[in-house]
Amino acid sequence: MAAILAGCALSLAGLVLQTVLNNALAGPSIIGVSSGAGLFTALITFFPAYLTLIPLAAFAGALIATLLVYFIAKKTGASRMTIVLSGAAVSSFLGAFTDTILTIKPDTAISRIGFLIGGLSGVTMDGIKLPGILIFISFVLVFIFSYDLNVLSLGDETAKSLGLNVAKFRFIFIVLSSLLAGSAISFAGLLGFIGLIVPHAARFIIGYDNRLLVPVTALLGSSFALFCDILARTIFAPYEIPVGIIMSFLGGPFFIYLLLKQRRRLIDA
Amino acid sequence: MLELRNITAGYQGFEVIKNVNISFAKGSITGIIGKNGCGKTTLLKTAAQLLKPISGDIILNGGSISKMPEKKLATKISFLPQIRSTPNTTVYNLVMHGRFPYLGFPRIPHAKDKAIVKKALATLGLKKYRNKNVRELSGGERQKVYLAMVLAQDTDYIFLDEPTTFLDINHQLEILAIIKELKKLGKAVIMVIHDLNNALTNCDKICLLDKGEVVIYGSPKTVYSSGAIERVFQVKCEEVTLQKKGQSQYVFSL
Repeated sequence: MAAILAGCALSLAGLVLQTVLNNALAGPSIIGVSSGAGLFTALITFFPAYLTLIPLAAFAGALIATLLVYFIAKKTGASRMTIVLSGAAVSSFLGAFTDTILTIKPDTAISRIGFLIGGLSGVTMDGIKLPGILIFISFVLVFIFSYDLNVLSLGDETAKSLGLNVAKFRFIFIVLSSLLAGSAISFAGLLGFIGLIVPHAARFIIGYDNRLLVPVTALLGSSFALFCDILARTIFAPYEIPVGIIMSFLGGPFFIYLLLKQRRRLIDA
Repeated sequence: MLELRNITAGYQGFEVIKNVNISFAKGSITGIIGKNGCGKTTLLKTAAQLLKPISGDIILNGGSISKMPEKKLATKISFLPQIRSTPNTTVYNLVMHGRFPYLGFPRIPHAKDKAIVKKALATLGLKKYRNKNVRELSGGERQKVYLAMVLAQDTDYIFLDEPTTFLDINHQLEILAIIKELKKLGKAVIMVIHDLNNALTNCDKICLLDKGEVVIYGSPKTVYSSGAIERVFQVKCEEVTLQKKGQSQYVFSL
């Protein structure tokens, strides 16, 4: 269940970010969303009484990081390249904070290695109740507004001319993607690449219409995470390796392929 | 009638156009001309409400449009930017986006919307491309698809930012012919255009801008006769009549 939820949420967050930021290389782990969620998740461990609020803290962290990246990119031109670069900078900066916290306070309620790589072992049904509800609500809202995502992907001026309140909807989608990524990270840790690769795989299968892409991405993300989780549990059985390792093994090469494919567009941006 | 009253507009407080007073009537083509950086696109974006004016007001049929909801405004005014991303979608789906201002939740097009899109595709001769991906089309064909989207949006006022730029001569003439069709349908087309001969021979009104201010606004003949084009562009302009067709053309030299 945890794998299904995490896969669905991170993939959808990636799809929304890629569309809203008009950037094929956007993904929660690439542009700083995951780092923000990770930092706030690590921070809340200083307050053991509030551990149940981890999903909300992760959401707040994800939202702050995304808005920070968006505003930096906007101030400096908002090209595809600037978004990725400012995301990398924010990601690295926030990641350093998380590393510091997890290093100086190794006895926190979360496991340092497990959290940084991302893993699903030890997740309880109680632990995924609140994130599950948040993920479900976000999925429904993204699906309802999927046609608006299509209009937004035409570019700001065309979308505005068609009557879409671009600033409002961009903010709504950024909040929803933060909610999705933050909820997943709160129980699964910093799972890499899934938010980047699954939306692209879904586009290869059914094209670019977000009305279809949203449910297919959610399904594909859940299936991929479940598949990786099964591999993580069985490859070295009886030992279970963190699922994040499997995802990065599969996602890394795909990301390189994508970078090569996007080379021309990056140069143009 | 769409009227710009004493409009000053620009970016981050910097004034690009100043005290512009101009009005556009339905069933006419207006060409906005001027040197690079004189504020043509800023004027277009401000009139289409994509850019909030620093001061002044825009009046549509007697009422200000500053407080009009986005969707309602999109049923009155459409705008086609010069630089656009090319979406990875079919021609039909892109043209259907023109109906977005009319769609309620859950954004499902009705039979009327589908009929309007079908008609727009037919009017622009795009029926055969209906299921083709927009990215597979040439620049000229893409421009026609975007114009079909604007046609499907069904607004009285259409703003086009350099609709013929980067197109080959065949597609330029085809796009200008489509713009004349839009005029026949009773639309007001307001376009930024760099080709002065095309502007003077295809528009009903010419608005010449210089350093953000309107130098002259009137019929092509009036603008040509005033000598303002020669002064602003620092070129010589001569009207010639084609013997075979009897049409006026304008030749420019340094």
